[in-house]
Amino acid sequence: MPDPQRPPLRQMLRAVSVPALVAVSLGGAIGALARYGLTVAFPTSPGSFDLATFIANTVGGLLIGALMVVVTEVAPGLRMIRPFFGVGILGGFTTFSTYIVDIGHAANAGTTLLAVVYAFATMAAALLAAALGMYATRRAVARSRGSEAA
Amino acid sequence: MTLLLIAAGAAVGAPTRFLTDLVVAHYAGRFLPWGTLMVNVFGSGLAVFLVVAVADPGWSALLVTGFCGALTTYSTLSYETLRLVEDGRWHHALWNVAANISGGLAAGLIGFAIAHLTTG
Repeated sequence: MPDPQRPPLRQMLRAVSVPALVAVSLGGAIGALARYGLTVAFPTSPGSFDLATFIANTVGGLLIGALMVVVTEVAPGLRMIRPFFGVGILGGFTTFSTYIVDIGHAANAGTTLLAVVYAFATMAAALLAAALGMYATRRAVARSRGSEAA
Repeated sequence: MTLLLIAAGAAVGAPTRFLTDLVVAHYAGRFLPWGTLMVNVFGSGLAVFLVVAVADPGWSALLVTGFCGALTTYSTLSYETLRLVEDGRWHHALWNVAANISGGLAAGLIGFAIAHLTTG
């Protein structure tokens, strides 16, 4: 149910800060170029596992896990970190559309097993990596706080 | 030139995702991550359409690798799914993964069909 107390959409959109939009845009471009760099480094022949996109989505998961612990639990005051690094760079670096195109290519080429393996391997690896990123960052923060207190 | 086109497409795609998420959350709330689902489903359909319909590598770099690549996201999908798990909402986490994959594939099929119908 929508909150009856919510401000009108127009007012909410007007409140979006222009620097944040610029940070998202700039970060998105940087992230997408890094993803393209991976596809150049790990070229995929048709009908084979798209390693570049798999790596981008897995590494992106690891980094978003770490980043979100930092911006929500460690330093919530750093306002531009999430738009630039999270929404921008990591959002531009990882991609869901190429993942779906890859699955479609494999299915269309008759390599159904590849399509299924790629679909599940990416989802599992990205989720595990994000969990690892969150866990490791929380541990590192707890450890550094512990040593500060000691 | 390819690098410039990818950067330009992504520079538009990423803020489009950001604003879409705000608008969708305004209407649908944040109980479930509808905004990410919307951009991932729409972006997947558009990407499959473009891959079939557009042969030019420049347009492909701008629109598929750049715009659709940055419009859609896997990192936010992973994070939002984990947040649901951390809140003990396993069913919603599973629903989120299933909705993104099945929605993306369904949109991809529609994009594929439209591309074949319109380009012969």
